[in-house]
Amino acid sequence: MHVHRQERFWLAAGLAMLVLFAAVITTSAVVDGFVPPSRIQSIDPTKVAQTPPFDHPGLRKIADGAYEAYYVARVFSFSPAEIRVPAGSRVTFYVTSTDVEHGFSIPETGVNTMVTPGWVSSVSHTFKQRGTFLLVCNEYCGAGHHLMAAKVTVE
Amino acid sequence: MPEVIGSDTIAKRAGESLALSRAGGDLLVLAHIYTATLVLGIGALFGMLQGFSRANLIVMPPSFDYYRMLTAHGVLMALVFTTFFITGLFTYAVYRSIPRDRSPRLGWIGYCVMLIGTVMAAVAILDGSASVLYTFYAPLKASPLFYFGATFLVLGTWVVAADLFLNVAWFKRAVPGARIPLPAFMATCTMIMWIIATLGVVAEMGLLIPWSLGWTNGIDVGLTRMFFWYFGHPLVYFWIMGAYMIWYAVVPTTYKGTIFSDALTRLAFVMLLLLSTPVGLHHQFLDPGIGAGWKWLHTMTTYGVVVPSFMTAFVLFASFELAARKAGVRGFPNIVRWLPWKDPVFAGPALGMILFIFGGFGGIVNSSYSMDVLVHNTMWIVGHFHITVGGPVALTFIGAAYGLIPALTGRKLFAPKLALVQVYTWFGGMAIMSTAMHWAGLLGSPRRTADVSYFGAQGAATWHTEMLWAAFGGAIVALSVLMFIIVATGTYVANQRSEETPQFEFAPARTGDDATSTPPALDRLGHWGLLAIALAVLAYAGPVAQQIQAHAYLAPGMRTW
Ligand code: HEM
Ligand SMILES: [Cu+2]
Ligand SMILES: [Cu+2]
Repeated sequence: MHVHRQERFWLAAGLAMLVLFAAVITTSAVVDGFVPPSRIQSIDPTKVAQTPPFDHPGLRKIADGAYEAYYVARVFSFSPAEIRVPAGSRVTFYVTSTDVEHGFSIPETGVNTMVTPGWVSSVSHTFKQRGTFLLVCNEYCGAGHHLMAAKVTVE
Repeated sequence: MPEVIGSDTIAKRAGESLALSRAGGDLLVLAHIYTATLVLGIGALFGMLQGFSRANLIVMPPSFDYYRMLTAHGVLMALVFTTFFITGLFTYAVYRSIPRDRSPRLGWIGYCVMLIGTVMAAVAILDGSASVLYTFYAPLKASPLFYFGATFLVLGTWVVAADLFLNVAWFKRAVPGARIPLPAFMATCTMIMWIIATLGVVAEMGLLIPWSLGWTNGIDVGLTRMFFWYFGHPLVYFWIMGAYMIWYAVVPTTYKGTIFSDALTRLAFVMLLLLSTPVGLHHQFLDPGIGAGWKWLHTMTTYGVVVPSFMTAFVLFASFELAARKAGVRGFPNIVRWLPWKDPVFAGPALGMILFIFGGFGGIVNSSYSMDVLVHNTMWIVGHFHITVGGPVALTFIGAAYGLIPALTGRKLFAPKLALVQVYTWFGGMAIMSTAMHWAGLLGSPRRTADVSYFGAQGAATWHTEMLWAAFGGAIVALSVLMFIIVATGTYVANQRSEETPQFEFAPARTGDDATSTPPALDRLGHWGLLAIALAVLAYAGPVAQQIQAHAYLAPGMRTW
């Protein structure tokens, strides 16, 4: 099959772009650890209330400036409804659902993960800016989906 | 070397009369196009009301709440409108490019099954028993009617595909040694991809239906999600390949041009077939329970689409330029001016191509694994698919309908000026709506929400302005849909006959010394289909096994609406 010279040039440009994207994504994943939340830990959604640490959802301090936050998502609320952390803290969120699929997103921070019943999701973020952040469910979960929200206050 | 031959030669060699072979099937295609038109109208009304709701201009009543409406909009637009149009277009493409004395009976059966399925699903959605959105994620449990309806819609398309495949098989027997005519090739290649993809939803329905009937107690949430997105991405290529058929093979007829290269066109379609199946996890980047390695793999295969996309851009622009040169026009601005912008059959698809360039850039962000975190499930995504399927694909289909409907009814296009205004308002409205949605998404506004005020929360305040713009753009598009419906139905009702019968033709491929010759291997569609299946298995066996192994939990159904 004969391919036009100009077209070969154009296709080469396309291929170069492809290789560039692939390289950038792969390096940032391997070197900087930029990978999407992909935790593999299963949990029985009917027994969340008995399964530590989700039996006591909330914030735990694990070191100076390092926290773990355990959340339970259910229609149509998050527990805990609010957490407070000092500015500069790194918070690792662990979330699970007792009923349907939910989302867990703190707009403009990059905290964003799906919450699937039967699995524990996890995502970390360092809160540098002070203020009250809105935490929303961003996957449709039923009639009150747009009411499902919580707060993260950075002091 | 097999030869490429025209439809009159095919008819002659098969001992058929061209006139005879053309009569059958026109009504069938028309039924597809008008069904798609009606569905688009209803969907657009809902879309407009969604825009108004999100901008807090209206509140939907509990008897027809936002999520019921959103389910209807998603299902009607993404699954019904596109599918009816594409199967209709493909039926036309195969029937026209393979002339023979035929009975369109199987085609009608397929159409009826699709229609019955659609009505079943629509009833379930409208009566409120299926507010599960078009993705129907378990364990949200709709009434069985909804799942049965969706299954019939898919099975109907299989019957249509069988009809098309039988026609191609007939052609191979009747005219040995000849290439599959290009339009028939595009249709067949796409339908092979479609069948491989829809096997995923049918498998999912095999789990959902018994569960919704109460025969089984639980459903594997992660597995059904994975089945859905195994289908969900090829669904996107299905829309695009339908639009590509028009871009490659119909648009050149509006400026008396040719398809730049028969070989490259076939190659692009084969590549899309192969690249459609091993990529679906890019819709599940943020899902727990799926390893990051698999997600990475699907990112890489997703990028592969850069190659057929670049090829397509080249072939389309080369076709413009060659035709312009033949007419003595040279230089970029002159060529752009020379193109038939006042012909809606050109302007619709061409404006669609412009929107698609922006859609492509957005797609790179979405498919980029780590960048997706910033936009996943925000309004950015809604902006993205309105500037890909809602803009380019739908506008291309509408433009084609302005050529198809007159050709099928033998009537003059009603109010051609209105048709022209329609395509430009669609372009403008979609550009406004989609830009606002992208922007709202960057500001963090979630999608699929009846209201984004979040009790007056600080973070939500910035989204309102964008939602007003989106509502404004959406209203323009809805108005544009109304114009389309007036022209489409007006053409039939006004019944104006013209001296010469209007035609809707496929352009010939360029011939001559620098035209690329087509390798016969490209026509082995059965082999390419098997390779596509193999790629799907390679890309999915691991993640599926991971789901099934780690996950003993089966969820009971829930109705949370
Ligand atoms: C009149 C023109 C249209 C308007 C005003 C419109 C408006 C909207 C709005 C506001 C949403 C977002 C709702 C939300 O996330 O809360 C939406 C969702 C959607 N639209 Fe459109 N739309 C239009 C046309 C189309 C077309 C032509 C298509 C495809 C062919 C389409 C496909 C979709 C899909 C698939 C969704 C996602 C539904 C979901 O999230 O479940 N729309 N539309
Ligand atoms: Cu929700
Ligand atoms: Cu996709």
